[in-house]
Amino acid sequence: MLDASEGYVTPDGRQIGGVMMEMRNITLRFGGVVAIKDISFDIREGEIRAIIGPNGAGKSSMLNVISGFYNPQEGEVWFRGAKRPPMKPFQVARQGIARTFQNIALFEGMTVLDNVMTGRLTQMRSSIWAQALWWGSAEREETENRAHVERVIDFLEIQSIRKTPVGRLPYGLKKRVELARALAAEPKLLLLDEPMAGMNVEEKEDMSRFILDVNDEFGTTIALIEHDMGVVMDLSDRVVVMDYGKKIGDGTPDEVRKNQAVIDAYLGVAHD
Amino acid sequence: MVHVSGATGALVSIPALLRRNAREYGNQTAYREKEFGIWQSWTWAETEAEIDAMASGLMALGLAPGDYVAIIGRNRPALYWSMVAVQMAGAIPVPLYQDAVADEMAYVLDHCGARFVIAADQEQVDKVIEVQDRVHGIEQIVYLDARGLRKYDHGKLHALSDVIAEGRAAHERFAKALAGIEASLDYDSTCVMLYTSGTTGRPKGVVLSNRNIIESAKNSVEFDKLTVGEEVLAYLPMAWVGDFIFSIGQAYWAAFCVNCPESPDTMLTDLREIGPTYFFAPPRVFESQLTTVMIRMEDASRLKKGLFDRFMAVAKRVGPDILDGKSVSAWDRFQYGLGNILIYGPLKNTMGMSRIRVGYTAGEAIGPEIFQFYRSLGINLKQLYGQTEASVFITVQPDGEVRADTVGVPAPGTEIRIDASGEVFYRSPGVFVEYYKNPESTAKTKDADGWVATGDAGFIEPDTGHLRIIDRAKDVAKMSDGALFAPKYVENKLKFYPNILEAVVFGAARDRCCAFINIDLNAVGSWAERNNIAYSSYQELAQHPSVYEMIREHVEEVNRSVAEDEMLSGCQVHRFLILHKELDADDGEMTRTRKVRRAVVGEKFDDLVTALYDGSDSVYTETEVTYEDGRKGKIKATLRVADAKVVPVATRPIAEAAE
Repeated sequence: MLDASEGYVTPDGRQIGGVMMEMRNITLRFGGVVAIKDISFDIREGEIRAIIGPNGAGKSSMLNVISGFYNPQEGEVWFRGAKRPPMKPFQVARQGIARTFQNIALFEGMTVLDNVMTGRLTQMRSSIWAQALWWGSAEREETENRAHVERVIDFLEIQSIRKTPVGRLPYGLKKRVELARALAAEPKLLLLDEPMAGMNVEEKEDMSRFILDVNDEFGTTIALIEHDMGVVMDLSDRVVVMDYGKKIGDGTPDEVRKNQAVIDAYLGVAHD
Repeated sequence: MVHVSGATGALVSIPALLRRNAREYGNQTAYREKEFGIWQSWTWAETEAEIDAMASGLMALGLAPGDYVAIIGRNRPALYWSMVAVQMAGAIPVPLYQDAVADEMAYVLDHCGARFVIAADQEQVDKVIEVQDRVHGIEQIVYLDARGLRKYDHGKLHALSDVIAEGRAAHERFAKALAGIEASLDYDSTCVMLYTSGTTGRPKGVVLSNRNIIESAKNSVEFDKLTVGEEVLAYLPMAWVGDFIFSIGQAYWAAFCVNCPESPDTMLTDLREIGPTYFFAPPRVFESQLTTVMIRMEDASRLKKGLFDRFMAVAKRVGPDILDGKSVSAWDRFQYGLGNILIYGPLKNTMGMSRIRVGYTAGEAIGPEIFQFYRSLGINLKQLYGQTEASVFITVQPDGEVRADTVGVPAPGTEIRIDASGEVFYRSPGVFVEYYKNPESTAKTKDADGWVATGDAGFIEPDTGHLRIIDRAKDVAKMSDGALFAPKYVENKLKFYPNILEAVVFGAARDRCCAFINIDLNAVGSWAERNNIAYSSYQELAQHPSVYEMIREHVEEVNRSVAEDEMLSGCQVHRFLILHKELDADDGEMTRTRKVRRAVVGEKFDDLVTALYDGSDSVYTETEVTYEDGRKGKIKATLRVADAKVVPVATRPIAEAAE
């Protein structure tokens, strides 16, 4: 089913493209601790790709490698056919990769609108002086960016909290605002770190719908970490399973579900 | 004022009114909608062009005269246009409640035999697709918001924007046919079919003709002197007759501007931004706004709270008189003027009511205290009494004759009579044509002379000529000792307390009255926070002993006030319990217009009613609930039953003397 360049068609009829990002033999160490051990997998254009695994399996570390926050000691990251040199997160963001965080990282004192506007920072070209003085191209840029942000606000249905300070919002909405900020950057690849953690059933359903709609509407490729197995299996096209920093499974939700190593990792068997 | 111009045909249909407006008020704003954070607007001329294109597009899809077209969605200009476009094509628009679950929708779609459905978004399209295994007549579905629908099979599914584009291209092809149809529309053609939610039984399709709608709109526009400059906010369900009259009937007759909110959640913000001059809201909206104000005042600094209390007392005393133009002492006028600068003005501005010239409330009785609150601020809030079957207007309150306890005098062109049993009957140009495919119900409601039974019991005050409604005729009953039982009267008194969202009083054929109470989560939640009461769920809060204590005080206060009414002193509430869930339309406990279905509630919570009367202190119950997506679940709870003191009726004169 998986041809290196051609891509594949999902059961619900979406065409998935060629490889967008490829992790080749990634190893990440913190001092003596090996967080990720020799892991390889790819993410394809237009795909919803999940990374799952028990606590401490190295999922967030993996996401941080993709986002450029950690530089692995060994292995290569390939993005759109080119090997990526070690980069700062903002450089990665400029390449079209945006993310949300496990523990919400918003500016609590700022309004939803201002928070989402920060997602456009990578698109701003005018100098800090022009922006401060609201002069020349800065003004036009701000209008364009605001128009884009308004579309995202409309898309995620958060119009009613546009002017509300983030600190006053309930948890579920903060998560949505974070997604809005990531979307405002018009990412090619969107990284979601536990987008549904701590949500109730209804909020999870809403968030799932938004994730599918983002993928459908903007064609955004999505890589997500999630604990809720039901959600993961419903949403994603392919799943990477990690345990103790190693990859123990990779495939469609159905394949992964039948994988003995995965079952063992989740149900728990004696380790040596 | 609007002048009828006879230049190109009489104004006997909504499309004809549209032509007149486009001709005479072409550059006036007809519609506004907030989208992407900005108010977008359309003039009457632009509106006409959009509707023309839509009508051609629908014809191109195969819409034929006489078809029924279901329209489902929240208030958006394009959906209002689609109703007029449907009329232009000689078909009949049937707006449906957008929050109806698929089952309810199936009944109506099947009953009206809709060939076309115009749906707002994926949620509505999903519901329509879901019911297609039961409802077979639907041939085409048109949607407004494409989001999430990309992958759907587009065999019978079309984007409204595509339909409009197609209509523009095909305009020449259909222009002649459309002109012919439009010319054939007269006062007797059906304008719209609206399904009444009905507190009992299946919904009924009320057929309203152009005469009904246009005559009612014309009379009411003249009655309140509405002009082309009015601004209204359209936020009430499009399936409700009130919205059809205000946002289409009156808007087209007077050519005023209809503003649509950005989303249902932003209604209050949008209200503030638009500042309508003519505003309609059911009592619930006024109640919840008042609750919000009161909650915020509780949290305000002492100075602000003091000023608020001080000036609200002044407003309560003289505000309504000033509004009615009665004589008020110079000192009071001065105080009121000061209050207006310090409190009333800013408050009205916060509520988006600074510009209201005429405000109406209807649908349910409004608590007198709530009503007076708005009147005392100088907001010309009036009551009207109406029904779908009457194209809204039966009675209205004229300026200067506004009272909380009456619903006004017969609307222009309306006759009223009260029959021997006390039921109110009316006859007017707005009286509906028939219930669709239901001649028995039509015959039962409307007699050969055109008199319609309202189902409400009431009487006309001899000296003022105002109508007073007591209750639903079928709800007014006798208690076992023969005393009059009017549940609504007591419930409305209970509901005035911000902490009480809903109340259901039982007592027909019983020896005493008992009540279910629904707490208002906003108000009680904020009260709990101030009083350091911890709770983790609605249920837990509802069953908290301190909450019971607070509600008991409210109930006892109501009992004291009920005891003062000679006729109804038997309706005091002896025992009550606080329900573990909010009454909800999805569970069938309320209508879509949020009226309690008394019989359903009594039946469904039969075990709780028993507990109220058998003297037990608590009762265990399991209740089935329906989630928004139509799935069902169960809530289990143990509810406490509490007693409330009543005022012995024999000692009533003493109680009065004590006050």
